[in-house]
Amino acid sequence: MKIIFKRYLGFIIILVLNIILFIIDRKNGLSSITIFGSIIFQMAKILPPIFVLLGLMDVWIPRETMEKFMGEKSGLLGILIAFFFGSFAAGPLYAAFPIAIILMKKGAKFLNILIFIGAWSTTKVPMFLFETASLGWRFSVIRLIMSIFGVITIGYAIELLISKKEKEDLYNKVRLMQ
Amino acid sequence: MYDYVLYLLAGIFLVISFKRDKKKTKMALKKAWKSFENILPQFLTILAFSGMVLALLSPDVISRLLGQKAGWQGMIIASIIGSITLIPAFIAFPIAAMLLKNGAGFAQIAVFVSTLMMVGIVTLPLEIKCFGKKISIMRNMFAYLFSFMVALVIGVVLG
Repeated sequence: MKIIFKRYLGFIIILVLNIILFIIDRKNGLSSITIFGSIIFQMAKILPPIFVLLGLMDVWIPRETMEKFMGEKSGLLGILIAFFFGSFAAGPLYAAFPIAIILMKKGAKFLNILIFIGAWSTTKVPMFLFETASLGWRFSVIRLIMSIFGVITIGYAIELLISKKEKEDLYNKVRLMQ
Repeated sequence: MYDYVLYLLAGIFLVISFKRDKKKTKMALKKAWKSFENILPQFLTILAFSGMVLALLSPDVISRLLGQKAGWQGMIIASIIGSITLIPAFIAFPIAAMLLKNGAGFAQIAVFVSTLMMVGIVTLPLEIKCFGKKISIMRNMFAYLFSFMVALVIGVVLG
């Protein structure tokens, strides 16, 4: 009970704040709850298949396969796979983190993880199509091209800035999860 | 549309997996649930917080804030809003398009869109849970700075 309370403390605090907001400002307090409800609904729609795929990936993809395609020696192919994997995904960025954990557990290279996260955040195909429709293709294409370079550059930069030990610690921590 | 593709994919793989190995499939589903349950508290917090932010920063308020100031000041305001809000694309892009039509600068809109997608202050606790503090903060900071580069290029080419 105490553990549950502690885990959900952040959520409880926000709920209390929301109630306070509701008391001070009926209109915004109410719309906050409505928006929360509608986001939950949207997420409830998209998250189940993502997590089911994640679970299947975890039990079916052998470590050797992952190492071969996305591991330390995967080179350009690994980068490309990470890019495509992230870009053809759907769902919010925070759904990418649990997948990143599985990828690390299976031995994907850290640079590829960073590229996967970067691609998921900003070069997603469905998002790009929508962006073209609303902001025009010139805007979207320039942003896409820059983002591709940006994602790779940020990936390399972070990879360079963390020590080998930090990376090892992270992978060890991930291995112990679940 | 895309949601259905995902469901279809998950469904097909689930059936194949079940036919090949029931026990493994059960384990996969257990893992799926566990990974989800693992992030559930942060997830609920993030969504509830987004609800509040979006209520106070309604599309109207966002438009006013983003459309108001030009130049660096406008870009910085746009980047802050983009970094802290968690707006789904189907709301964000139409707002951005409307703002452009009403005379907002390309650079300001670009920095808003880019930070919205790449920088996540609200989701930082979840990211830290996955990558640790240092890497998460670095990633967000780089993405933040990078968004300005995107904005500058778009501003020069289109502006």
